[in-house]
Amino acid sequence: MKQPIIEFENFGFQYRAQAEPTLRDINLTLYEGETVLIAGPSGSGKSTLAHCLNGLVPFFYPGTMTGSLRIRGIEQRSLGIHRLSEMVGTVLQDPDGQFVGLTVAEDIAFKLENKNVPQAEMIGKVAAAAEAVGIGEHLRASPHELSGGQKQRTTLGGVLVDDVGILLFDEPLANLDPRTGRSAIELIERIGRRQGKTVIVIEHRLEDVLHGRVDRVIVMHEGRIRADLAPGELLCSDILAETGIREPLYITALKYAGCRIEPDHRPEHIDSIRLDEGAAMRLASWYENQDREEAPEEREPVLELEHVDFGYDADRLVVQDVSLRIGRGEMVSIVGKNGAGKSTLSKLICGFHHPTRGRILFRGRDLRGDTIKERSRHIGYVMQNPNQMISKSTVFEETAFGLQVRGTSGEDLKERVHEALRICGLYEYRNWPISALSFGQKKRVSIASILVMKPDILILDEPTAGQDYRHYNEMMEFLLELNRSGMTVIMITHDMHLMMEYAHRTIVLADGRKIADGRPAAILTDPDVVKTANLKETSVYELARRAGVGEPKEFVRRFIEYDRRMRAR
Amino acid sequence: MRAKMLTYTRIESPIHRLTGAVKLVFFALWSVTAMITYDTRSLLAMFIFSLVMFRISKVKFRDYSFVLALILIFMILNQLAVYLFSPQEGVKIYGSSHEWFRIAGRYNVTWEQLFYQFNILLKYCTVIPMALLFLLTTDPSEFAASLNRIGVSYRIAYSVSIAMRYIPDIQRDFHNISFAAQARGIDMSRKEKLGARIKNVSAVLLPLILTSLQRIETISAAMELRAFGHGRKRTWYNARPFGKGDFAALAIIFFILAGSMLLTFYDGSRFYNIFERWD
Repeated sequence: MKQPIIEFENFGFQYRAQAEPTLRDINLTLYEGETVLIAGPSGSGKSTLAHCLNGLVPFFYPGTMTGSLRIRGIEQRSLGIHRLSEMVGTVLQDPDGQFVGLTVAEDIAFKLENKNVPQAEMIGKVAAAAEAVGIGEHLRASPHELSGGQKQRTTLGGVLVDDVGILLFDEPLANLDPRTGRSAIELIERIGRRQGKTVIVIEHRLEDVLHGRVDRVIVMHEGRIRADLAPGELLCSDILAETGIREPLYITALKYAGCRIEPDHRPEHIDSIRLDEGAAMRLASWYENQDREEAPEEREPVLELEHVDFGYDADRLVVQDVSLRIGRGEMVSIVGKNGAGKSTLSKLICGFHHPTRGRILFRGRDLRGDTIKERSRHIGYVMQNPNQMISKSTVFEETAFGLQVRGTSGEDLKERVHEALRICGLYEYRNWPISALSFGQKKRVSIASILVMKPDILILDEPTAGQDYRHYNEMMEFLLELNRSGMTVIMITHDMHLMMEYAHRTIVLADGRKIADGRPAAILTDPDVVKTANLKETSVYELARRAGVGEPKEFVRRFIEYDRRMRAR
Repeated sequence: MRAKMLTYTRIESPIHRLTGAVKLVFFALWSVTAMITYDTRSLLAMFIFSLVMFRISKVKFRDYSFVLALILIFMILNQLAVYLFSPQEGVKIYGSSHEWFRIAGRYNVTWEQLFYQFNILLKYCTVIPMALLFLLTTDPSEFAASLNRIGVSYRIAYSVSIAMRYIPDIQRDFHNISFAAQARGIDMSRKEKLGARIKNVSAVLLPLILTSLQRIETISAAMELRAFGHGRKRTWYNARPFGKGDFAALAIIFFILAGSMLLTFYDGSRFYNIFERWD
């Protein structure tokens, strides 16, 4: 019989600063050696649940606990955060923020240092842990020489070095590109199985986590446990739709085709799902009923880059011979792994850097010589993290700031600010302090503060980062609405769903060069591009291939078109 | 990019091999010695010694060239200021006045003043190479470890290393935030009026402070989760035992201190007077 390792009994928790409990009536038992996914939209309490396991709640974030939580049979509140750290190893969301050491080796050693382990013993253990997570070659590297995935591996190494029984991952995929995310999941699975750990993953990206083996999925909703099911059963229920968690895309495709999905079809993975003849026939008839490809509309160019080169040092170019053309009213995504030159490109467009060769044209006019401020009349730039843009205390003030700087005042200012706030759905909040807003609302404030200046082009850096499915949808529908009203939208992203579902066109950068430029369906089904840009093939492609329906590439395209129409409803 | 200025780089040299604490003690005593003495012979000897040390350390010129240029400009300004505020200081100290030429009023140029200012210059020139050397050759985490070894609390010692870890990150935040602000038309350059400029700088500072606070929260949670502050003691992965070089360095600095003091105070004055035998 498996040993219970974590037991919640009528458990509840309320943060000191909150009026309502964040967790209620939690009854949950996790067993030794299990791999459990805890899913749920933001605000569902899933992170708080994780913090209860590692002791950040209540020892770092104070509040009141009710009921009982036992870890290996001991009441959590009688253990301090440090004794808990001997049992539960945590990998936090932000791989950058939790990197404590100045080198990989030191970061892995950090816990051993704190436990007063002699140096000689430490060196061997660090080397072994680094080897286990595949970072052994980078022991002396400093954090800014590492990619996000490598930083995460280091943190995981720092947890494994101390041989804890329970591994807790708080949104491990949030900051990783699709392919790195997939190898992170594979690594987590491998470590969990090989070393017999109990693995708890908190994540809302269900399909990506199910890439590895998961025994159970716990769905959190409004502070309670909404479901506790095997992945296959969960996928066949309506719980995902009700709680706002995105189901795997191949499941969506099967549902569009009118297929019934049963738990014994093993639907938890695209490779394991049983596709019988009925399903193949349904998929085929759905495929036949979809439209053929339409020719893309011709659009008048609003922004053009012609053979642009740029480098901080003369001998090392960050952007190399990039030419592209953005049509008026287009919605384009720019993808590529970290360091591919995406953010440098936006800095070139906004005038923060100047091309060492080539031209940037706005409506056919060379932008050379225009200052950042002059360009900001036409081109608006929205950062990934709204906290890095917000400098005023109320919504109105923040939105008005850019206009005020340009000398607009009085009624005129008020009118334009109100208009921008209405577009962003923030009019009711205009007198609110920004600190009282949610992350998604802050993001909208940062967009409103740009829209108020009526730019022709909006460049957004990772517009959906850190947002759950519902907020993702809201944000993207909002951007789509803006786009329909004539705004040209450029999104820098590595979110594959975003490119598939919303971009008219995708431009792929790798090592500073443009390697592809085309429809998302074509990009996501081109194995070479997918590989160099650290993307991954969509499961819909695999579905079509396995079911032997039509041309898989065309199937993906038709799926995307159909899915867009369904969303628009 | 430029963020690498004045930071530690891993090079193999006898100077790099010294432990951080010894380097700190060496630097502190070296500075005290240079501050006390005005004996030109002692200062010259120390200056030459520091140049030799620089040579041995193999640090690259481009790692400090920018800072060195700044320091040189500052030194020139300092020399001018010393002359403007007390043009007769040298005469007062050496008790004689040999005028070279006269500018106006009490501003004449005496050999005494020139010699006095030459000594001040020499003081800077002995301290600055050692300060640069200390920054360029000390591994911050090893430094933290060795501070802890000589009795500094490990919490304080660790804060040194964590600060070094986050300086580049905060620099990057700053660049990004100011980029976004400028892309919003918020100008912080000289083209803007002073009042507006101050206001606009707040558009960068406030978000920078808030994101930095957020970083601190994340990092302290991460450190707690990994048992920081658990025990009264901790070990250090990068600690280095005191070696022969360390003892040698300590011996050398005490020898220099003693030698310089002897030379300086032998005749009862901090100043080496070349003017007694002038006439």
